[in-house]
Amino acid sequence: MNSVTKNTQLICYHCGQDCPDDSIHLEDKYFCCNGCKTVFEILNQNQLCNYYNFGSNPGISPSTVIDKKYDYLDERDVIEKLVDFKDDKFTSLTFYIPQMHCSSCIWLLENLYKLNSAVVQSKVNFVRKELSVRFLHEKLSLKELVKLLASIGYEPQISLDSVEQKKEQHPNRHLYYKVGIAGFCFGNIMLFSFPEYFSIDITETFLKKFFSYLNLILALPVFFYSASDYFISAFKGLRKKVVNIDVPISLGILVLFIRSAYEILFNVGAGYFDSMAGLVFFLLIGKILQEKTYDALNFERDYKAYFPLSVTIKQNEVEKSIPVSKLMIGNRILIRKNEIIPADSILINGDGIIDYSFVTGESHPVSKVSGEMIYAGGRQLGGAIELEVIKEVSQSYLTRLWNNDTFNNIGESYFTRFSNTVSKYFTIIVLLLAIASGAYWLTVDLKTAVHVFTSVLIVACPCALALSTPFTLGNAMRILGRNKFYLKNSSVIEEMAKINEIVFDKTGTITESGKADIIFNGKVLTPFEQKLVKSLVRNSTHPLSKKIYDSISGEEIFPVTNFQEITGKGISGIVYGNLLKLGSSSFAGVENNEDETLQTKIYLSINEQVVGKFIVSNSYRDGIEDVIKNLSKHYHLSLLSGDNEGEKSTLEKFFGEKSNLNFRQSPEDKLIYIKEQQSKGKKVLMLGDGLNDAGALSKSDVGIAVTDDISNFSPACDAILHGSELKKLPKFLEYAKDGVKIIYASFVISFLYNLIGLSFAVEAKLSPILAAILMPVSSISVVVFATVMTNIFGKKRGLTWK
Amino acid sequence: MEVIVILIGASLLVAIGFLIAFIWSVKSGQYQDTYTPSVRILLDENKEEQNQTNNSKK
Repeated sequence: MNSVTKNTQLICYHCGQDCPDDSIHLEDKYFCCNGCKTVFEILNQNQLCNYYNFGSNPGISPSTVIDKKYDYLDERDVIEKLVDFKDDKFTSLTFYIPQMHCSSCIWLLENLYKLNSAVVQSKVNFVRKELSVRFLHEKLSLKELVKLLASIGYEPQISLDSVEQKKEQHPNRHLYYKVGIAGFCFGNIMLFSFPEYFSIDITETFLKKFFSYLNLILALPVFFYSASDYFISAFKGLRKKVVNIDVPISLGILVLFIRSAYEILFNVGAGYFDSMAGLVFFLLIGKILQEKTYDALNFERDYKAYFPLSVTIKQNEVEKSIPVSKLMIGNRILIRKNEIIPADSILINGDGIIDYSFVTGESHPVSKVSGEMIYAGGRQLGGAIELEVIKEVSQSYLTRLWNNDTFNNIGESYFTRFSNTVSKYFTIIVLLLAIASGAYWLTVDLKTAVHVFTSVLIVACPCALALSTPFTLGNAMRILGRNKFYLKNSSVIEEMAKINEIVFDKTGTITESGKADIIFNGKVLTPFEQKLVKSLVRNSTHPLSKKIYDSISGEEIFPVTNFQEITGKGISGIVYGNLLKLGSSSFAGVENNEDETLQTKIYLSINEQVVGKFIVSNSYRDGIEDVIKNLSKHYHLSLLSGDNEGEKSTLEKFFGEKSNLNFRQSPEDKLIYIKEQQSKGKKVLMLGDGLNDAGALSKSDVGIAVTDDISNFSPACDAILHGSELKKLPKFLEYAKDGVKIIYASFVISFLYNLIGLSFAVEAKLSPILAAILMPVSSISVVVFATVMTNIFGKKRGLTWK
Repeated sequence: MEVIVILIGASLLVAIGFLIAFIWSVKSGQYQDTYTPSVRILLDENKEEQNQTNNSKK
């Protein structure tokens, strides 16, 4: 026991992980692996050890770099697709490096020029986890640059996706321009309206005209540029016969502009340009808030982002790296340890140990022998294997799912949003009111009638109404983000509030991926026997062997002779004079009388005598039982698992009797299940993690991807939830309901303001100064209300943060 | 009172100057990444000497 505690005290100087022993060290600094030591040496040689001063143990343990892995980066068309800009001297490009996590990373990556003088400039965007590099391409090739990054632990993620579609670089830049210009014009127009506000008697008509015309000129860019989005959106909505919230807003702005321009040009009044500019300015600020997204996360990923960019093919005994898109039927491909199989193929050579957990939901790796079919998307865990491609990448079992219709109709939810439903009735009522009051005043005179008609439309402009939703949802989204629940956009909250059915995936969602509990069932093993087993499994690279190895404590290892590993069967060897066999029932010599497939069992025999079996079961996430019990009180729950029924009884205990538990579900089955529930009128929330859930996630009303590392691949979804925060799911759902209630309340407040304004308007008493006070006051009070209430409810639901 | 026209012209010019500065700042990408520069400014270029003195104190 003593040795164990001593070991945990040894922390790798580079990456901060526990060192297995003290064998790897440099002077007084210890490292967990040779990779970390190498990185330290590189940095030390180049006087870059400052790296270790900005954060404690900031490093990343580098993965072993295989020489031929990056050969595809020498291909001309791959380079062309990756590069942002290239002239005869320099090349600039942007890498996505999800590993960067602290200020030391920024410092090191921005000092790349010290490691290689051919790098001219390197700049980090930490939020997006991107590194832009400019380098002399005559001195340094792209391949060498990527190798350099990989050697210090920052291997860029280059996938099929990043090559095929370049990300839109500056989507919201125009919004900033619009806000800037609206703000500038708003401030100046208010300044020039001061004589009007204070009823200062300007005797000189020249000055009066001067101020008015300045206001008119300043109002032009606000009307034609800053407000243009609202007109376009309203027009688009009307063409689709939908009255969205932008319709009454556009109507208000339009009437404000025409009436003010008329008053100034015909010298009858001062106009309402200050109100108009202020209105547009506040609305645009709300829009910026609403358009906040998590830049580093990508919610639209499909299989292309998961697949590698290149694959090694074997042609006439020569190994060559080619882009996956050029892979053809009949190609012989070479897959090394931890690589992903890009296309459906047949195993030709080697022992396949394929981890399908991400693709099919099977929790344990599958052993394959030559001649067997291997589906695309699996990850090889054993040594190198050789495969023959039998289907093109786009035609394989997994990628076919993306040809489903579900992936082609995104974005319809926009029109179901609550504010749009309200705005429809709102617009009709306001129009009727304007016409009615105008008609009433028509009996007095035409001028007053027009005045009243326009005043009603101006004052009823639902500025506060339009601001309440973005501020409430934007702030709620921020609070959820601090709790590691990242939403694609704020309208997901409205959808979440309507949910009445929750569907769970099993592997990786309610179980922890990569973790498993191992129980030994049978005769109790003596410490000596445990050591024998530990020594035997140490020789095997099979993932299950590793799990057994980790489950047995102790350090002592005996030498093993006659070690044999038979793929798909088991391992055997002689340890300390005892013959040990570990593997399937037939291998260990057990009469098979149980349903073998239900649970993963590994039988152990010592000297041809069966002593028992190791049972591997999934390890459930912390507190998942409480979460499920809690949720089952308010929602109908279902489970869709790609795995077998092995843990049905445990899961039944969690889910209770009312829930549906379905096993051995294919990706299509899951999609169909969601469709069925929706056709029964249910609003479905789906939690999943793998590619096999992708169809169901995008079909469901709210699809949440659960992941333990948010910068890793996650399938297309509406929200990404960090695995450790799954226990907060009931709170998140409650909070979404609170958010919608807050919006209702803000609507009531803004209606009250509208009533006050309207009462002035219908009596023909609306003056520019009254409008200039009423509009900002109503907007600001609604904004403050929404922000404060979302924070209060956040605290009440226990969604606090440091 | 006509002098006010010149004053307003001058004030507008100053304001337009700020507007141009804002547009330039957006264009040069200052709103693209609001986090990294805040860290970058704290990373000194030549920290070696300081560290050595720090280490010797220990």
